[in-house]
Amino acid sequence: MIDWGAIFSNAAVELISPTTAAYALAALGLAIHFGYTGLLNFGQAGFMALGAYGFAISTLSFGFPVWASVLVGVGASVVFALILGIPTLRLRADYLAIVTIAAAEIVRLLFTTNTFDALTGSANGLSGYKGGFADLNPIPEGTYGFGPFEYNAYDWWLRIVAWTIVVLACLFTWQIMRSPWGRVVKAIREDEDAVRALGKNVYSYKMQSLILGGVYGTIAGMIFILPRAVVPSNYQTSLTFFVYAILLLGGAATILGPVIGSMIFWVLLSFFSGFIARAVEAGWLPFMSSVQAGQLRFILVGVAIMLIVIYRPQGIFGNKKELAFVK
Amino acid sequence: MSSNSVPTGKPVKTVDMHIGEAVPGCKKKDPILVVDGVSRTFGGLTAVDVEHLEVPRGAITALIGPNGAGKTTLFNLLTGFDKPDTGAWTFEGTPIGGKSAFKVARMGQVRTFQLTKALGLLTVMDNMLLGAKGQIGENIFRSLLPFLWRKQEAGNRVKALDLLTRFKLDAKKDDYAASLSGGQRKLLEMARALMSEPTLVMLDEPMAGVNPALTQSLLDHILNLKAEGMSVLFVEHDMHMVRHIADWVIVMAEGKVVAEGDPHEVMRNPAVIDAYLGQHHDEDLGEDPDAEKEHVGAIKELLDDEL
Repeated sequence: MIDWGAIFSNAAVELISPTTAAYALAALGLAIHFGYTGLLNFGQAGFMALGAYGFAISTLSFGFPVWASVLVGVGASVVFALILGIPTLRLRADYLAIVTIAAAEIVRLLFTTNTFDALTGSANGLSGYKGGFADLNPIPEGTYGFGPFEYNAYDWWLRIVAWTIVVLACLFTWQIMRSPWGRVVKAIREDEDAVRALGKNVYSYKMQSLILGGVYGTIAGMIFILPRAVVPSNYQTSLTFFVYAILLLGGAATILGPVIGSMIFWVLLSFFSGFIARAVEAGWLPFMSSVQAGQLRFILVGVAIMLIVIYRPQGIFGNKKELAFVK
Repeated sequence: MSSNSVPTGKPVKTVDMHIGEAVPGCKKKDPILVVDGVSRTFGGLTAVDVEHLEVPRGAITALIGPNGAGKTTLFNLLTGFDKPDTGAWTFEGTPIGGKSAFKVARMGQVRTFQLTKALGLLTVMDNMLLGAKGQIGENIFRSLLPFLWRKQEAGNRVKALDLLTRFKLDAKKDDYAASLSGGQRKLLEMARALMSEPTLVMLDEPMAGVNPALTQSLLDHILNLKAEGMSVLFVEHDMHMVRHIADWVIVMAEGKVVAEGDPHEVMRNPAVIDAYLGQHHDEDLGEDPDAEKEHVGAIKELLDDEL
């Protein structure tokens, strides 16, 4: 009655989808902010929006090549991090949270407003910027793969690039976090006054961390738009919270946590949505319309995440020992 | 290093450090820290108002005074954790007034905190390594190239282990600092400060919350700092400890320095008795007799000690 094969294969597809990679990278940026440095950045959606629009606008309006468009996005997010960090990083951690959540909304609304319609496409967003990226594709035309993982050349190219970036970012993060730089940053998470008393420029380290994690978010924003169009409503605060959910699922101060967390999140989401939609069709849930069913998947994912956070609060990869001490 | 030279019995006191009378703000022969006209107000309250103060080099100086005398505020000002309303001060001849805390620490003036700041979710070893100065790998770009900093890191590790052994924390080196007892955290904080090879160590209530068994070892460690040529300035309420190890005592009350001198002399100073008991201790004001009893107890303890 229910096509379980389709549900599972649709869910499996999410395992290596570029969207999963984008969320993994954004969550890795948050791991640097929140997990390692203790910065409460609630504006990761803003960084992702800057990446998406920075890339799309410089390609469409200015005709920049791919590498230059990427640089524009990264540059924009560095400037954004500086604007956020300069006034707030000297203050207590909660101020950064307030400022970032507001700044991300400002960014989204600026991209939505009709005033800049010629550049941003306002609420309709942007599309048609993928040519440059597709031209770089060395894979010959055709369809490749097996089972549910069967894609054309562009889709494979996109997946390879996206996951290569994720792997490189993981290696980079792993290396800096086991270096003395990482030690200072983790110490700042514990107590910044103590670190200051040991002669470290805490402000500068926090800024470096904010910029680095923000750049991860920006590149994630670029990967995110390559399989779809740029739509401003994608960059609402809920995006940041999904990324946080992924981070907590995997383990806040871990490297692999955000990656595996993102995979689990998207596979679960796809599984629930496939299952519920078909269950409604089959008449298993007579009290529900198919529109309501579309929303139910988020409720189920929320419940799943709550269960994980309650019964495994350190996340999947987190160190249980860290939780033995109540701060 | 000097694990065998733990001083036992009566420590050797440094004497004859001041010039002229031992009055508040008197000149020292070899000051390491010179404070001029520092004031700090919180709203209408003047927390610190120090005209002139010199801290002698190579000696253990105690900063005492009743609660609310401004000792910790002065500490925070001198270490860059707070900004004064007015005033300037020099450390080893260099003006450092208004410099940020990390720059002050880099110059060799390192502090600890009244409420211990062990970095809980870092291992004891990582806590120690953090204290080392001038680390190549603390730059984000160089941190990517381990061959640049691996050798320095190994050197720091040896040094840290040596210090941990002295402080009897070596068995704990791979545990999280959060798993240490309160006294061990005090020891760790002090050891961590020593990693930076400071010239002036400022300890804010090193004995607060430490059980008596550890007190003696902490005292010995402080005396060891002096034996190694460091200067020490500490805030403390425990008068026995002050008398036992301090070479020089500075007494603060209501934000001002009211007396200075040798620990044995200064306790007899009427200004000190006034500071602890209140200027009107002869009159019955009928308020808070317990606090007064406590102070009377403190002074009695001192006089007993003397005998």
